[in-house]
Amino acid sequence: MQNPYMSPIEKAWFYLHRTLSGLTLLFLVLPVLVIIPLSFNESSFLVYPLTGFSMRWYHDFFTSAEWMRSLKNSLIVAPSATVLAMVFGTLAAVGLTRTEFRGKALLMSLLISPMVVPVVIVGVAGYLFFAPLGMDASYFTLILMHAALGVPFVVITVTATLQGFNHNLVRAAASLGASPLRSFFKVTLPLIAPGVISGALFAFGTSFDEVVVTIFIAGPEQATLPRAMFSGIRENLSPTIAAAATLLIAFSVVMLLTLEWLRGRGERLRTSPAKA
Amino acid sequence: MMASSAPMPDHQLTTQDGVPLKTKLARAERMNKMKSLALVLPLALFLLLTFIVPIGSLLFRSVDNPEVVASLPHTIKAISSWDGKSLPPEPVYRAFAADLVKAHEDQTLGDLGKRLNMEVAGYRSLLGKTARALPFDPAPASYKDALVKLDERWGDPAYWQAIRRNSTNHTPFYLLAALDHRIDEVGEVAKATPDQAIYLDVFARTFWMSAIVTVICLLLAYPLAYLLANLPTRKSNLLMIMVLLPFWTSVLVRVAAWIVLLQSGGLINSALMALGITDHPLQLVFNRTGVYIAMVHILMPFMILPIYSVMKGISPTYLRAAVSLGSHPFGAFWKVYFPQTVAGVGAGGLLVFILSIGYYITPALLGSPNDQMVSYFVAFYTNTTINWGMATALGGLLLAATLVLYMVYSWLVGASRLRLG
Repeated sequence: MQNPYMSPIEKAWFYLHRTLSGLTLLFLVLPVLVIIPLSFNESSFLVYPLTGFSMRWYHDFFTSAEWMRSLKNSLIVAPSATVLAMVFGTLAAVGLTRTEFRGKALLMSLLISPMVVPVVIVGVAGYLFFAPLGMDASYFTLILMHAALGVPFVVITVTATLQGFNHNLVRAAASLGASPLRSFFKVTLPLIAPGVISGALFAFGTSFDEVVVTIFIAGPEQATLPRAMFSGIRENLSPTIAAAATLLIAFSVVMLLTLEWLRGRGERLRTSPAKA
Repeated sequence: MMASSAPMPDHQLTTQDGVPLKTKLARAERMNKMKSLALVLPLALFLLLTFIVPIGSLLFRSVDNPEVVASLPHTIKAISSWDGKSLPPEPVYRAFAADLVKAHEDQTLGDLGKRLNMEVAGYRSLLGKTARALPFDPAPASYKDALVKLDERWGDPAYWQAIRRNSTNHTPFYLLAALDHRIDEVGEVAKATPDQAIYLDVFARTFWMSAIVTVICLLLAYPLAYLLANLPTRKSNLLMIMVLLPFWTSVLVRVAAWIVLLQSGGLINSALMALGITDHPLQLVFNRTGVYIAMVHILMPFMILPIYSVMKGISPTYLRAAVSLGSHPFGAFWKVYFPQTVAGVGAGGLLVFILSIGYYITPALLGSPNDQMVSYFVAFYTNTTINWGMATALGGLLLAATLVLYMVYSWLVGASRLRLG
C-alpha cells in the first residue's frame, strides 16, 4: 500500500490509519485477554498488579457444586439444541435452494427472524406460553427454545454452501438409481458438510452463550453456565468468575480455530473445481 | 393446400402415455416444489410452535383484560345502562355487592384490585375494605346508601367509570400506557399524567443509545475493515482472528472483563492516572459510558464483517484510475471508493442498530437505572412486579420496531445475506 511517491500528507494519513486500526484491534482483543492472568492470581480482588500465582480459583470452580451443575447443564442443553437446529436447519436449507417458488424470500426472512427478535421478547413469550402448560423449568423446553435461536445460523451457513453446489450431481446420482435418501447422505451431505458443521458451531455457540431466555424459562435446576455467571457478576464479581471466563475463552479459541480450518478447507475445495 | 388454416389435430408433443408434455412437465415441476416445501416444513412447524405462537400469544396478552369481566360479571351487565355521569343506579350497587362477595370467596379479589388500582390509585385497598364488610347483614334497603356510608369513595363516579371502562375482555390500556397515554374519565384518549409518563422517554433513550453505538461502531469499523480488505491475505487472516476472537467469546465474559478494566481501581483508571490525565479515578462503569464501551465492543464485529466483505469485492484499479486521471487521493476515495461501500455500511449499520435496540444484559450489568433500555422494563414487569399487561405491551412495541427495521433490512440486503464470521 505504501509507495515512495506519497506526499507528506498522504504519509501522515497512512500512519494515522494504521494507528487507528491498530488501536481498534487492541480495543477488540485486550479486554478478552486481560481477564486471563487475573484468574491465576492469588489475590481475591480482580485488580492488577498480580501478586502471585495460584490455581485456587480453578479449584474453587471445579469443586463448587453450583458451578459444576451449571457446566453440566450447559453440556446437556447446548449439544441437544445444536442437533435439533442442525437437522431442521439443514433440511430447510436444502429445500430452500433446490427450487424457486413464490414467497421464498418471505419464508427465508421468517426462518431467520429468531436471530433479530430481541431475546427478552423470546424469553417472555416462551415463559407466557410454556408456563401455563407446566412446561417451564424443564430441560426439554429450554432445549427447544435454544434450538429455535440457533436455527437461523444453520439455515444461513448451509444455504450459502449450497449456493456453490452443483445440483446435477444429485440428478446424476438419481439417474444411476440412488434413492433420494442415499444420494443425500452419499453425495449432498459430504459436499455441504463444512457449511453444516460451521452452522452447528454457531448454533452451539448461541446456546452455550445464551442467558436471557434461560433466565425466563429455566428453573434453578436447569441454570446454565452463562446463567450462573450472570448471577455471579451481579452479586459479586469474584476471581472464580475469572476462572470460568478463562475456560470459556479457551473454548471459544477452539471453536474459532475449527471454524477457520473449515473455512480454509471450503475455500480450497471451491477454488479447485478440477479436483472437486 | 391444407397448410396453416386447417386445424391441427393434436399437434402437441406428448409423452409415451399420451399425456401432453406441457402438462407432464408442469406436474413434475409442481411435485418438485412440493418436495422442496416438504423439506422446509419441519423447521417451519418447529418455529411455529417454539417461536411464532408464543410471540403471538404475547402480543395477545398486551390487549388482554380478563380481571374485571371475570370477577364482576353482574356489575358490568348492570352498569351498561348507566349514563356514566351521575352516580350509577341502585341495581349496579346491588350487583356489585353480590359480585364482591363471590370474588372474595373465589379469591380473585387480588387480581381485580391490582387491575383497578392501575386505573385509580387506592382502589385495591378500597376493594379490600369493602369486601371485608360484606355481605351486609341484614340486607340494607339501599345498597347504594350502605356502600357510600361504608366508604364515601363509592359516591365518586370515577370509581364506577373505572369498572365500566374495563367491561370488555380487551383493552388498549397497556398499549396506550406504553406510549404514555390513557383513556380519561370521559373515554377519550389523553396524555398520561406526568408521573406515569415514563415510557416514551425509555423508547427515545433506547433509540438514541442504539444510534450512538451504531455511529461509534461505524467510525471504528470502517478504517479497520479497509485495512483488512487491502492487506495481503496471510496478514489479514491473522488480524481477522483478532476480530473474531471477541466475537466468539461469551458476552458475559466480555462484560466481566469490562467491569475489571473500567472499575475505579481498574487498569484504565490506573493508566489514566499514571499518565497524569486525571488525578482521581473516573467513574467509567455502572453508567452510560460503560454501557457504550461494552456495547460497541460486543457489536463491532457485526459492523466489520459486512463492510469487509463488500470492500473485498472492490477492485483497487478504480481508485488508481481516478488518481491517474488527476483526482486528489482523498477526493478519489470519497467519490469513487466510498460509494461502492455504501451497501456494506447500510447492512452493518442496520444490523447493529436492530441488535442494539433489543439489548438487555449489557445495560443491566454495566449501566445505572438511567441507562436501561426497553428490554429491561419488559423483564422488570415480567419478573419483579408481574404486570403481564405492561410487559407484553412494551415488548410488543419493541417487537414492532424491530420487525419494521428487519423488513427494511430484508428488502435492502436480503435476509439470507446476513454475514457471519
